[in-house]
Amino acid sequence: MAVISRGFGGRRRDDANLPPGQYRTDDFPVLSAGPTPRINLDTWELAVITEAGERSTWSWAEFTALPADQPTVDIHCVTHWSKFGTRWRGVAVDTLLADVESAADYVVAHSYGGYTTNMPLEDLLDGQAWVAYEFDGEPLTPVHGGPARLLVPHLYFWKSAKWLRALELRLDDEPGFWETAGYHNDGDPWREQRYQTD
Amino acid sequence: MARAALPNRLTWQPATVAATRTETGTARTLVLAVAGWTGHVPGQHVDVRLTAPDGYTAYRSYSISSAPAPGLLEVTVQAVTGGEVSPYLVEVAEPGDQLEIRGPLGGWFIRRPADSRPALLVGGGSGVAPLMSMVRAATNPTRLLYSTRSPSDALFSADLASAEAAGGGRVAVTRVYTRAVPPGWPAAPRRLDADTLARVAWPREADAVAFVCGPTGFVETVADLLVDIGHDPANIRTERFGPTGG
Repeated sequence: MAVISRGFGGRRRDDANLPPGQYRTDDFPVLSAGPTPRINLDTWELAVITEAGERSTWSWAEFTALPADQPTVDIHCVTHWSKFGTRWRGVAVDTLLADVESAADYVVAHSYGGYTTNMPLEDLLDGQAWVAYEFDGEPLTPVHGGPARLLVPHLYFWKSAKWLRALELRLDDEPGFWETAGYHNDGDPWREQRYQTD
Repeated sequence: MARAALPNRLTWQPATVAATRTETGTARTLVLAVAGWTGHVPGQHVDVRLTAPDGYTAYRSYSISSAPAPGLLEVTVQAVTGGEVSPYLVEVAEPGDQLEIRGPLGGWFIRRPADSRPALLVGGGSGVAPLMSMVRAATNPTRLLYSTRSPSDALFSADLASAEAAGGGRVAVTRVYTRAVPPGWPAAPRRLDADTLARVAWPREADAVAFVCGPTGFVETVADLLVDIGHDPANIRTERFGPTGG
């Protein structure tokens, strides 16, 4: 039975798009574990690395020449905010993996700056995930993960690694930065998978 | 990386407001009594859940500002204009009222007592709250650089003075005021700049760890300046709050 907080009225919103425990914000909060990395587009590279160690890489010019989508999606942060109708431009992960030979079931996203996060590969396929480089019609700013970040809107946003450097395909699951610091391994906001024991 | 100090199962626990302390005109510390609470690691936070009589609930995360203690914790809350939870915690809740908490949470922005490295703590505004927990629990050399708009916006003024006095030189506090300074203050209001940071920061050979907490723009600027003056990005831990306008 819930504890009632005397004098708390709250503002009920019957919003079917809001996962449990979330509130809606129109701001775009920034959460990062350390300094924003300094990234030079001249040396920037995105890599897909298979379980056999084979690398496919794209320079900035090559990456931004790939066919891009313009998804409009809701995003959900484990710190309880959700932001509706965010507009992005990015390359579908399907496109990056189109010519890659792999039997992997898992992915670790690696960031410039050392951040990592893991998820099942199937969470990134079939039009569910992008490597985004524009937000709201503008180049993605460094605090929000620019020049390019992973965008996996159906999972809590710590899975959408900022400053993406590589997608490492793996046969086994390898927990990443927050996943080894107490956060849930899967991070589905609709199932409220925030922390390890949820 | 070290694993988080998580209890076996994170569940919502009833918490009773045991006392409140006004910190500034818009910020208040709530002392929460929680049965079975075993303490936290300085820097950790809790999720707070409020439930209205009609069953509506709202959740927010707040840093713990007290030193680790069994059965009690303190959160220091800055009221956000138009906010849903913070105005209740700052203006409405009274001793005896109940809410729910879950935690302690967070395995990164923490300073374990066993970590012997000196620490630089840099706080902007109410971002000093988790750093206050680190100051209160400090057993190793700790320098706090605290930036506020004015003296009346500063949290924990008396507590910081006593922590400095009781620390036997272990704790040093430097203040920066960006809009208004106290009477007799030797400097004009100014933003935290590279010179001040370089003066307060530990030398490179000290192998210090830096914790920076505050509004997004503040944290972004300070973390950037620390990298500029030679700090290893891997030794800079950040926690940001507030909108970016982006």
